[in-house]
Amino acid sequence: MDTAFFFLFNGIVYGLLLFMLSSGLTLIFSMMGVLNFAHASFYMLGAYFAYQISTHIGFWPALIFAPLIVGCLGAVIERYGLRTVHRHGHVAELLFTFGLALLIEEIVILIWGRNPMPYSVPSELDFALFEIAGNSYSAYKIFMMLVSISMLLFLYGIIARTRIGMIIQAALTHPETVDTLGHNVSRVFMLVFGVGTGLAGLAGVIGGNAFVTEPGMARALGTIVFVVIIVGGLGSLTGAFVASLLLGVIQTTAVAVDVSLADLVATVGITTSAADANDLMHKTLSQVAPILPYLFMVLMLISRPRGLFGTRDA
Amino acid sequence: MNHGLRLLSVIAVLTLVAVLAAVPHVVSSGFTLSLLNQIGIGVVFALSYNMLLGQSGLLSFGHAVYFGLGGFTALHVLHTITGGDLPLPVPLLPLVGGVMGLVCALALGWVSTRRAGTIFAMITLGVAELVAASSNIIQGYFGGEEGISGDRMSGPVLFGLTMGPQQDVYYVIVVWMLLSAGLMYLITETPLGRMANAVRDNPERAAFVGYNPRTIRFMMFALSGFFAGIAGGLFAINYEIITAEAVGINVSASVLMMAYIGGIGYFFGPVIGAVIYTLLSTVLSAYTEAWMFYFGVFFLIVVLYAPNGISGVLAAHTPVLRAHLMHRLMPAYATALLPTLVLLLGAILLVEINYHLSISGNYDSEMSILGVGFDAASWWPTLAGLAALVVGGALLWRTLPYVGLAWSEVRAELAGEAAP
Repeated sequence: MDTAFFFLFNGIVYGLLLFMLSSGLTLIFSMMGVLNFAHASFYMLGAYFAYQISTHIGFWPALIFAPLIVGCLGAVIERYGLRTVHRHGHVAELLFTFGLALLIEEIVILIWGRNPMPYSVPSELDFALFEIAGNSYSAYKIFMMLVSISMLLFLYGIIARTRIGMIIQAALTHPETVDTLGHNVSRVFMLVFGVGTGLAGLAGVIGGNAFVTEPGMARALGTIVFVVIIVGGLGSLTGAFVASLLLGVIQTTAVAVDVSLADLVATVGITTSAADANDLMHKTLSQVAPILPYLFMVLMLISRPRGLFGTRDA
Repeated sequence: MNHGLRLLSVIAVLTLVAVLAAVPHVVSSGFTLSLLNQIGIGVVFALSYNMLLGQSGLLSFGHAVYFGLGGFTALHVLHTITGGDLPLPVPLLPLVGGVMGLVCALALGWVSTRRAGTIFAMITLGVAELVAASSNIIQGYFGGEEGISGDRMSGPVLFGLTMGPQQDVYYVIVVWMLLSAGLMYLITETPLGRMANAVRDNPERAAFVGYNPRTIRFMMFALSGFFAGIAGGLFAINYEIITAEAVGINVSASVLMMAYIGGIGYFFGPVIGAVIYTLLSTVLSAYTEAWMFYFGVFFLIVVLYAPNGISGVLAAHTPVLRAHLMHRLMPAYATALLPTLVLLLGAILLVEINYHLSISGNYDSEMSILGVGFDAASWWPTLAGLAALVVGGALLWRTLPYVGLAWSEVRAELAGEAAP
């Protein structure tokens, strides 16, 4: 039971990190209709920038500056890249962000090389905060949780309570009307894109040292984030939140469960012969864990194309 | 198409066949033949991809699934042939790959083609990731780390092709390439091909005419899976080995870039893309680690400024050539050429220095570009690169308006000619 709680905790920390990415992605998607393939690349840039800054002036300034730099970079890319291809249609936009993702990965290799960076948890937070039934809970994980929750509450406050938040909400569904009312919708788009990518950058700053900082990190996380926004329902922030936590918990828990389909059948009294290692019946859940999110997504698309909380069919 | 043009295209095709048939007698170098083999496979694969993106408006990020599964199945069947359990000539193996591609595309396409646009793109990505992740789990089929290998010199011999020498493989690939390209071209002429274009341009109208857009998309998806599977089967014969990378996202990305860079608006556009991609990935990659970086930049430039690809740029020049006005564009192009070269030189210098330092570390900072050796860690090469980049960029910025001006003059003249 306590172990289950431990996995749940880790799953929630990971899930909140996922939500920092998927919230920006789903906001950008519902506003501009652009699926930003490079979103996780900004997460990666956040981690690399934070590493670079932290080697010079420490982790805490990096926590502030790295997301800001990433956000500004995102805004510039929206202004001079995405807006240029916008007139060629959605396919061109998708291809642009797709090419951008490949290019950012190559640039990261170009500057920092292919090996993982020694970006580590700051020493101030590198200890076990408390222990429950033999499982120690690291202070940094708690810190990650706090950062993501406070960031998300802050964002929620802006979107729900402020004037610019109102404009953003209105521009989500009726961009032309908002434009006609005299608001600069293109600038709102640029702002949302900048904030969304900045948020991804922040996730990179706190996630890069908790997990790993290497050129493949964007790819590994990017597709999971897509799964999140499809499962949650495109354009739905609530859906993205629930799906992030769900996938976070599933992914962290599944790798620790050594139950196979054969064991499951055995509990009802049917025993299968112990066969070779290629037998799907004897694959444990931890072995099939990498495909679970995608399987989940494909099943969701077949049975409920609009996702958990979506209003439109995928 | 009038009779003269039809005759001309028949002659062109016959000449192409004659040239392709003569190549192994003229070229003896193994490298060139293997390059041509790769191009042939790439052409079939890229053309099959364009059935989706160019003709049906479906952007797929998982086309490698059908290519890879076709290849894997072909190699498994090759094993059966080698074991003597199946009297199938090896040159017909791509058909096995094609059937596998078709079956998979029928199964997965049913889920994927519900919707077009962004949603379709995401579903194909999800399916691709699912298959790629499964390859680690279903090791019996995918062969784990070392993949599946086979021996193509087995089974009954067809037309005297023992499949031992490389030119036998070349002939098989050429025949399959011509056959597939011809069939895919004919498909564009059928009602299905026309309706695919209609569904791409306006699904509502196509539906009102009485065609279910989803059915049309599904049929095109299945057919394109079939040809991708053929390409996978050719891959299996050519390399006699296939690993899980063949179903991975990198292969899907490269076929997408091949087709798009070549130009998705023209049937033969992807052919140009496949040739360029193969040349770059084999020739350029021998010289520089950074070839993927250059290719990525090139791809982004095409997406941003030439959305019709290389064939689109060429097609834009056809009326100019026909009106004998090329000499009006040439001076502007010539003035823009020098700044472009300087800009390129600067960029390449900077990229190569950085790659050299980040890959090899500071242990070995001596390097050379274009035969000029220097120390990558010292400051002057970087400075020279930056200077070339800035100067070339600024000059290009100044000369680009001349190109625009020349073009608008030529356009005006073309319009004037057409008017009376």
